[in-house]
Amino acid sequence: MGRVNIVGAGLSGLSAAIHLAKAGIPCNLISALPSERAQSVLAEGGINAALDTMGEHDTPAEHFADTMKGGVDLADPNAVAGLTEHAPEIVRWMFSLGTPFQMEEERLILRNFGGQKKKRTAYSKSSTGKVLMTALIDEARRWEDAGLIHRFSHHLTEDLTIEGEGEDRCCSGLVIRDTYTSRLLNCPGPVILCSGGMNGIFPGLTTGTVPNTGNLTALVFAKGVEFGNLEFIQYHPTTVGIPGKRMLISEAARGEGGRLFILRDGKPWYFMEEKYPELGNLMPRDVVSREMFFVSHRPDCEPQVYLDLTGLPAATWEKKLSDMREEILHYLSIDPVTAPVPVSPGIHFFMGGVLVDAAHRSSLPGLYAAGECACQYHGANRLGGNSMLGALYGGKVAAESVTLTCKGESLHSDEPVDLGLAPTQWREERMVAPVQVERLCSVLWEGLGIAREETVLSSAAKGLEELLAGDLTPWERNRALLGKAIVSSALARRESRGAHYRTDFPQRDDAQFQKTTVAVCRDGAIDIVFRPIPERRTDNGTNP
Amino acid sequence: MERILDILRRDSRESTPYRQFFHYETADETETVATALMKLCDASDLRDLSGEPARPILWECSCLQKKCGACAMVIDGIPRLACDVKLADCKETIRLEPLRKFPVVADLTVDRTVMQDNLRAIRLWLTDQAAMRDKVMDAAYEASRCLQCGCCLEVCPNFYAGGSFTGMASAIPFSRLLAELPVSQRKEAAKLYTGRFYNGCGKSLACRNICPAGIDVDDLLVNSNAIAVWKRFGKP
Repeated sequence: MGRVNIVGAGLSGLSAAIHLAKAGIPCNLISALPSERAQSVLAEGGINAALDTMGEHDTPAEHFADTMKGGVDLADPNAVAGLTEHAPEIVRWMFSLGTPFQMEEERLILRNFGGQKKKRTAYSKSSTGKVLMTALIDEARRWEDAGLIHRFSHHLTEDLTIEGEGEDRCCSGLVIRDTYTSRLLNCPGPVILCSGGMNGIFPGLTTGTVPNTGNLTALVFAKGVEFGNLEFIQYHPTTVGIPGKRMLISEAARGEGGRLFILRDGKPWYFMEEKYPELGNLMPRDVVSREMFFVSHRPDCEPQVYLDLTGLPAATWEKKLSDMREEILHYLSIDPVTAPVPVSPGIHFFMGGVLVDAAHRSSLPGLYAAGECACQYHGANRLGGNSMLGALYGGKVAAESVTLTCKGESLHSDEPVDLGLAPTQWREERMVAPVQVERLCSVLWEGLGIAREETVLSSAAKGLEELLAGDLTPWERNRALLGKAIVSSALARRESRGAHYRTDFPQRDDAQFQKTTVAVCRDGAIDIVFRPIPERRTDNGTNP
Repeated sequence: MERILDILRRDSRESTPYRQFFHYETADETETVATALMKLCDASDLRDLSGEPARPILWECSCLQKKCGACAMVIDGIPRLACDVKLADCKETIRLEPLRKFPVVADLTVDRTVMQDNLRAIRLWLTDQAAMRDKVMDAAYEASRCLQCGCCLEVCPNFYAGGSFTGMASAIPFSRLLAELPVSQRKEAAKLYTGRFYNGCGKSLACRNICPAGIDVDDLLVNSNAIAVWKRFGKP
């Protein structure tokens, strides 16, 4: 067995690599671009942990309850219990690595975030992802120097190596390609996927980064690995269109007092505060985005929703949101201190992905997944502040899981094997033409909006069939199959829950659908089944 | 809005560079050089200004919002991020070249591995728990924002790839380390700072206003110099 292969060098990949290194296990850290370019650097608002530094008597049990409720009771309670129990330890670890979280009077301070009544979110202005990444990149460098983390930046994963048949199938490594030289490398060993969300199936329509093409996710799906909860796509309430993408305006804006309004009969209507007096603008993201959708379609309202930050104190802007103000000024030429910002919901996070158990094992032995590419922790809707936590903790658990599984086996430190230059045919098979990217996106976009219904989803499914019947390269086909799995999952879930809202089935139906949607691809056909959620164990899930 | 992109291209590391011109038209006044490059690359039948078929332009990009540093290149003679330069603010013809301080991979893609090598050479990591206090947070935050894009190295008269002087792209992150290190470990770090950065810096200040992230270089250097050069290690 070779080194452990980690694909993706963002928060979850770095966390996995560092935790393996601490256990003395070598890894290849493989990424299309260096860590500084990972999507994790875009994460803004903060990271949740019941550190209880604000005198509110917060506890991990309350964090657990909020996360389960925010995810509309669809997450694995044992995994979530592990996440929320260990959250304070994760944040303290990042603090010990020198992450400059906001402090006052020598204590770490926390801010309000959506779906949570207590202040629980540690932050650094609205650049929390960036500063966490900087601290982790520096820590990883220590282990690179020690010869335990081997970086393969500018490398793309070209294939998963699968051995055996039927029930004996297992993942035994990867083939990667150096994008600077086109040389292929064979990397035997277990694989931890930390490759992020599948933004690239909605190019230009998400808050994510360009290299997250979705190609690798699609390859893994086409290989027959089980995927979970694909229909749950998070629309973040406050995004704005800038050239080439949606730009996020962090939930921190509302956490610090920002208010959403729409013009009703010509006057500002602060609809979230009137409809949800308890949490107001800080309701979970699925609720806020849906309400924005509803009010903007009312005949007495103008279609545009605004984020009003004009009431924020000067000190808040200076100490907590100066970076956000600069960004809004730069890209929108609006000063949010004096004028409301027009916002609309945009695709921000995929709750679904590679289905993993609480130990972050996928259905394919030898393959693990953590971070946004995995389906874990967030159920039907992710709470703000839980993504970075889930990535850091998930990477840690995956590393521990690999360590445990590989106990006794010799994980040696051999270099990957050079397979020579990628042949022309190889490159052609991996072509994904921009026109096919666009076609897939337009079909999915039609069916997978904030509000969904049978006829629209069926029409999207038909569009996908037509796409799949056409002349596609193998990688284009993988992408279309993944798209089909998302639409099929959305069609099969005939209820409304979290980010999946069906106008034809507006109610939640626990009896039939408080279950994980499992999608699997077998010989090009897609099966969808609903699997019961694991029962909560009495050991509180802290030992997955 | 119409623009001509004048791109210095190279098919591979070894091949000879050449210039190729592309016409780009858009009605969106907010589009950037990065948007133009993306859309040109997405064209199914990319042709240059003279109508000849052209292969897609190779360049690196990731976040499209000035937060990752991937798309650094020389735009009209100045190292900048392509996603930071609005087409509307440019002249009719925009000259794009790869950063010159790094080996070219192809077209506008350069290999910036030397930056990572330099950070390893100056041992940029904490060996002990960070000493976090209110007063170091601002400096640590500012230093943490470095994109590792390489723009500051491009304008530096003293930096060259492979040299012992590691430039501002290592001095900025190193200032976080100096601020956060326990007092007992500052002496060792100070030696690396003076040896690999301070002594090699010609104080041209060319890097002062070039940072796409707007990092206040002066402030961070003052802090680092106080510790490393003036030996104000603080009380243990």
